[in-house]
Amino acid sequence: MYRYDEFDHQVVRERVAEFSDQVSRRLSGDLSEEQFRPLRLMNGVYLQLHAYMLRVAVPYGELTSGKMRRLAHIARVYDRGYGHFTTRQNIQFNWPKLSDIPAILKELAEVEMHAIQTSGNCIRNVTTDAFAGVAADEIEDPRPWAEVLRQWSTFHPEFTYLPRKFKIAISGGAQDRAATFFHDIGIRLVRAESGDAGFQIIVGGGMGRTPRVGRVLNGFVAKSEILSYLEAILRVYNLHGRRDNKYKARIKILVDALTLEGFRAEVDAEWQRIRGSVVEVPAEEVERIGAYFADPDWQALADNPPELAAARSRSSAFNGWVSANVMAHRVPGYAAVTVSLKPVGGIPGDATADQMDALADFADRYSLGALRVSKEQNIVLPYVRQDQLHALWQALVAEGLATANKGLISDIIACPGLDYCALANARSIPLAQMISERFSDIARQHDIGEVTLNISGCINACGHHHVGNIGILGVDKRGEESYQLVLGGDATQTAAIGDIAGPGFTAEGVVDAIETVIGVYLAQRQNGEPFIDTYRRIGLTPFKEAINAAR
Amino acid sequence: MPLVKLTAAGIEPVDTVWTRLGTDDAVPAAGAVLVPLARWQAEKEALLARADAVGVWLAAGETADSLSADLDRLTVVALDFPAFSDGRAYSTARLLRDRFGYRGELRAIGDVLLDQLIQMVRTGFDALDVKAPVSGAPVTVETIQAALSRYSLVYQVAHDARPPVSALRRRLAAGGQG
Amino acid sequence: MSRQIVSANRLTDGLVVFRTAAGTWSERVEDARVYTAEDAEIEVAAASREATVVVGAYAVDLEEQGSAPSRLRERIRATGPTIAYGPAAVITPRRAAGA
Repeated sequence: MYRYDEFDHQVVRERVAEFSDQVSRRLSGDLSEEQFRPLRLMNGVYLQLHAYMLRVAVPYGELTSGKMRRLAHIARVYDRGYGHFTTRQNIQFNWPKLSDIPAILKELAEVEMHAIQTSGNCIRNVTTDAFAGVAADEIEDPRPWAEVLRQWSTFHPEFTYLPRKFKIAISGGAQDRAATFFHDIGIRLVRAESGDAGFQIIVGGGMGRTPRVGRVLNGFVAKSEILSYLEAILRVYNLHGRRDNKYKARIKILVDALTLEGFRAEVDAEWQRIRGSVVEVPAEEVERIGAYFADPDWQALADNPPELAAARSRSSAFNGWVSANVMAHRVPGYAAVTVSLKPVGGIPGDATADQMDALADFADRYSLGALRVSKEQNIVLPYVRQDQLHALWQALVAEGLATANKGLISDIIACPGLDYCALANARSIPLAQMISERFSDIARQHDIGEVTLNISGCINACGHHHVGNIGILGVDKRGEESYQLVLGGDATQTAAIGDIAGPGFTAEGVVDAIETVIGVYLAQRQNGEPFIDTYRRIGLTPFKEAINAAR
Repeated sequence: MPLVKLTAAGIEPVDTVWTRLGTDDAVPAAGAVLVPLARWQAEKEALLARADAVGVWLAAGETADSLSADLDRLTVVALDFPAFSDGRAYSTARLLRDRFGYRGELRAIGDVLLDQLIQMVRTGFDALDVKAPVSGAPVTVETIQAALSRYSLVYQVAHDARPPVSALRRRLAAGGQG
Repeated sequence: MSRQIVSANRLTDGLVVFRTAAGTWSERVEDARVYTAEDAEIEVAAASREATVVVGAYAVDLEEQGSAPSRLRERIRATGPTIAYGPAAVITPRRAAGA
């Protein structure tokens, strides 16, 4: 993975010094809260319902065992012994003191981590596929480009006070595992007929109160011209995006207002002026960064070693875990393992300091010290030998980390909701717990098969409810929690925003409605198709009718 | 609100008193004035005929294009930050400098705070009308200098001449001075 | 006549605090002084001048009877997350394995 050189270290150290000074000036009264707020947000510091929250970036989801141990240490020393992994490859600490945050950032900087631009109206942490570099369907590894974008976007002088937050995701897979159609800019590596790889640029996707599937702004931008193209988009947005209404300030609203063609004309006019200029990333810099993502020294191994087959036939629990949580690897004899942070009755995405330490140990023992954070709020061990899968599984079982539910109904994405969040209208976590309890039978989950279930505690949609195959939105109805059920969303390249199946559920009611929805699916399923295929084939009506009949 | 100018020699306080006029304010008989775009467009010959300096200030929604034809007649253009969190002027500054080749003074006015001065200088401003902190602590050449020297490295190419980190790496790799 | 208490977050550590009868801040909602809406407004204004002590003071409506805030959000804010969290919430290994 990428390693800081002395320059990168210097930038982050100077940032820590700057923010330490800003915290002192806030505490002494030199900065008002109004002046301090955007500064703290750009350093990942929120003031939530109960306390400050610190959002630390895991740039493009890559962690090492050393970084994970440092996160565990921070959870233990400065927080309440745990952290929460988010859908945008960040980790959040829920209880840090403002006066401790400079020290936390200093500890992070030592292990090449930071909280830079994890909030605020700036370019946020660039995310990618948690399986980047190992997925069998990959066109090219997106991580070097994610690092190019990290550096380019860090303290960009022109784009630090945008109309609103700005999220970029980049994906290299044929399968889009980075939700590129739901970002302000989505970048997909594509191959031209000439054989050259380049970027397809998708713009104006997003969730929140105005969900939009992003649209293709440019089918192929040469890799050498990516920064001028992004600068052109950002400049048009910075100048013309709305600033009078925060709910209409995202780039998707500007694209709507100008139409895609109108927006493209503006971008192209600016791009032609700066294209190929000094703003582009130099080829040798791309090469330098790319070298950090070179393959590890793979062993010459074969797929499906006999010890794996034997262990799978010996233990149905292990076999189920392999079927759900182990992904094919582009290198024979290896596997990419998802460690689920969704135990039955647990809090999606939470990990204790002890679990983080255990994961770091497992990474060292089984995954060449490497870990990833996925947008599904799980941890991925990307370099596991197939002949060591059983040993890893046993180790995970002992730590309570072997839940065999990746991609299944209890692999729930959930925002922190009203238990933590100052913006939320309803709780998400207790609902996620109820649903995973209701579907706790792992054999039944495997029978139901692949389905995404996402919960947001308010319309801001941090829990991605619009793009869950099953989505739940919590709202406030006269001071009480109420839930809306949404069906048919899809965060992948077959992107779709879900349809409202019914409003006004209680928490118990929505769990019952999900049972009903699953019942309709199982009755209508053909040839083992996944939920989303049945939904697309039969539409919303049969589900809606069944829900209403059961109410 | 100390107004400073950045020159090759460093940060120089400006003694001239500039009066910023609104759309309906009378133009004083004497003294340097900053006029809004509409006034400039309506009265540019009369304004240029005055003995004292005149500059034009653009509000955050006003575009660089609106001044492009007049830039060779102007020695001062000011861009207003209605709130420090409104970043439109950074892009307007880039366009005035890089697209329209404006070489006169580009001044930041309005909610200009110490914490955003670096961005301003990097996008092409060379004069800063800096606001005092809420505590009333004085803004001096030293505090401005400290704010501007907060970062010794930059990752991007912007309007200023600072080489990005990638260029420093290239020099280092070539065996030159880092 | 609505009854209110005044709450804020403490600047240094961000924790939820409540205005007491002594004009100080307490982490315990039980210590909160109950005001009329008019008096709460005055108290909020006073708290906004304590910019280096607390952040975002505001008045919280109480239920008609009793001393609990009327809105769920404010009840959770006063008493903490409704779920067990951190090391206390760790799921036992046997169950997690789904075995």
